[in-house]
Amino acid sequence: MSKILIRGAKVLGGAPQDVLIDGEFIEAVGAGLSAEGAEVVEADGKVLLPGLVDLHTHLREPGREDSETVLTGTRAAASGGYTAVFAMANTFPVADTAGVVEQVYRLGKESGYCDVQPIGAVTVGLAGKKLAELGAMHESAAGVTVFSDDGKCVDDAVIMRRALEYVKAFGGVVAQHAQEPRLTEGAQMNEGVVSAELGLGGWPAVAEESIIARDVLLAEHVGSRVHICHLSTAGSVEIVRWAKSRGIDVTAEVTPHHLLLTDELVRSYNPVYKVNPPLRTERDVLALREALADGTIDIVATDHAPHPHEDKDCEWAAAAMGMVGLETALSVVQHTMVETGLLDWAGVADRMSATPARIGQLAGHGRPVAAGEPANLTLVDSAYRGEVDPAGFASRSRNTPYEGRELPGRVTHTFLRGRKTLVDGKLA
Amino acid sequence: MKRHLISAADLTRDDAVLILDTAEEMARVADRPIKKLPALRGRTVCNLFFEDSTRTRISFEAAEKRLSADVINFAAKGSSVSKGESLKDTAQTLEAMGVDAVVIRHSASGAPYRLATSGWIDAPVINAGDGTHQHPTQALLDAFTMRRRLVGPDAGLGQDLAGKRITLVGDVLHSRVARSNVALLHTLGAEVTLVAPPTLVPVGVETWPCEVSYDLDSVLPKSDAVMMLRVQRERMNAAFFPTEREYSRRYGLDGDRMARMPEHAIVMHPGPMVRGMEITAEVADSDRCTVVEQVANGVSIRMAVLYLLLGGNEPALTNPRTEEK
Repeated sequence: MSKILIRGAKVLGGAPQDVLIDGEFIEAVGAGLSAEGAEVVEADGKVLLPGLVDLHTHLREPGREDSETVLTGTRAAASGGYTAVFAMANTFPVADTAGVVEQVYRLGKESGYCDVQPIGAVTVGLAGKKLAELGAMHESAAGVTVFSDDGKCVDDAVIMRRALEYVKAFGGVVAQHAQEPRLTEGAQMNEGVVSAELGLGGWPAVAEESIIARDVLLAEHVGSRVHICHLSTAGSVEIVRWAKSRGIDVTAEVTPHHLLLTDELVRSYNPVYKVNPPLRTERDVLALREALADGTIDIVATDHAPHPHEDKDCEWAAAAMGMVGLETALSVVQHTMVETGLLDWAGVADRMSATPARIGQLAGHGRPVAAGEPANLTLVDSAYRGEVDPAGFASRSRNTPYEGRELPGRVTHTFLRGRKTLVDGKLA
Repeated sequence: MKRHLISAADLTRDDAVLILDTAEEMARVADRPIKKLPALRGRTVCNLFFEDSTRTRISFEAAEKRLSADVINFAAKGSSVSKGESLKDTAQTLEAMGVDAVVIRHSASGAPYRLATSGWIDAPVINAGDGTHQHPTQALLDAFTMRRRLVGPDAGLGQDLAGKRITLVGDVLHSRVARSNVALLHTLGAEVTLVAPPTLVPVGVETWPCEVSYDLDSVLPKSDAVMMLRVQRERMNAAFFPTEREYSRRYGLDGDRMARMPEHAIVMHPGPMVRGMEITAEVADSDRCTVVEQVANGVSIRMAVLYLLLGGNEPALTNPRTEEK
């Protein structure tokens, strides 16, 4: 049966409609569509969104398959309502050659749970010294358009300038992990009141803000496009807002955890809250939410960073940085943005699907829910309330900061080009 | 009292005074011909030191032995942060061996808190210094020393440090002693002033219950006790201050500066002292300097803490038993 009728879904949160899928495409959207010859999915007032797109995922393969593989990571993505993820380059070996990005791309195709678009490293080995073969990665089967040394900052101003200039030849974008390395030596958490008390090395907001300020000016100077990864401070918001008002081609992302959690949680010394950039203050969180609502911050990206249990079950200083996020992102966004009235579901579709696909130039994703479009869709039971239980995660890792926390919303179905990858909350 | 002693900030005023009073009782043991109590006989205490500290370890060991505990010294220097799981594994090994209390020193801030709260171990945990976070028994012995000198030994029983003006000078940023002392001295009613170059004061200090000054000379005449903090020489290479000499001129304590303090005021130092830089020999060796007393008091304080945490519900010496033969 190649036809599926999704009945009574609130498309982008609007009035209930039927959506008929035929093969890989949406055939029709409207009221009272015929179910003849189609498998029916009763959506019963659930919210239907275009399949989510994550511009910032760590799949760990190759090299750290104990944390995650392309298969487990894409299964986690499908569980969270994603139909495409961009896989960061900081693997072992680093995705800094056509060979490695093609391998990741191929593994994504084989997994079948969501599309995997590799991100290429900006510099060889993420070392920040020498440009990687950006053109070769772009021309590879993977067709890389996004380049990032994420995990590390391209801190050398000349290298950053050259990268921004170079990718213009094929319309690429450099995604910067904004972290001034000297200002963050020994950094363990946000520098402020809590770090002062806990005696943990401070990661000052200015270390992020100074790099963003530099990079938007560089992008302006060379007429290129820059994307800011996981922006985390109120000051960063101000700089991006200023840059946009000046016409600089900058986009920015925020993670779900920076929309919800604050550095007060670090008082527990529980490394599940250890992440880079670190959790900031309440004031930052509110500024980020507002900026996401008004479009200063363009998208939500998960920075899904799986780590095995032993890398977190230790003292804070020894623990790895990062949190898993694919399976909880939409719930956190519903909680922080939709239920606060800052964003409607159409806004969620824009920030979590359409705009990330546009920034990453990923065809076939982030499209409107309309006839003739690829059937990449996500069905959300927004009325659901429940505690997060990592035992049920599809991700190989369990390092979620939300364990036991009640969050709203649950993805029940995910469709990748008309094929169900998630049915009633279970992987197909 | 809580089950663990992780931070000086966890202590209420009554907890702290109880420890100080108990330490006064313990101090009397030191004057006896046989410096030993049977209080912890049959109990095993492990000194788990992931970071070198001969002075603190010996002080704890002396306290444990005076209470008749069995002592295990575990030095695991260097293995901790590079391989994080060793803390958990070590803890579980100790638990399996039936250790009744763990005294832990660690270079990572929060390691004792993790040890006490992660379910790795059941025994009470005593923080003997963690990273740049806390060193609560140091703060207690400092407070004990101040109470003895500024209030009086037996007259001080039941008393706190209400109204006493205490100044801490030096590398506050990296000092667990400063963090512990600010919390405890505030709880005990003292007024605390931190004096340091701005580079050595943590961002976020404004929420601490104390004043901050960059000018030592203006604070000295109003201080009942001046505690000099250790400045590590490697800080100089990290641009925290220009030169040792400049630091010494602005923040060092010499005879001239000591003369500006009130007559009754004392000079304290957690040791080891860097003579010539943060404190001159003239000051360090003067009667007003309590460094040696602080060391002796450290044993009494640690006896009190161990005694109270390991189930001492009654005053230690009200009904002293004689040593069994």
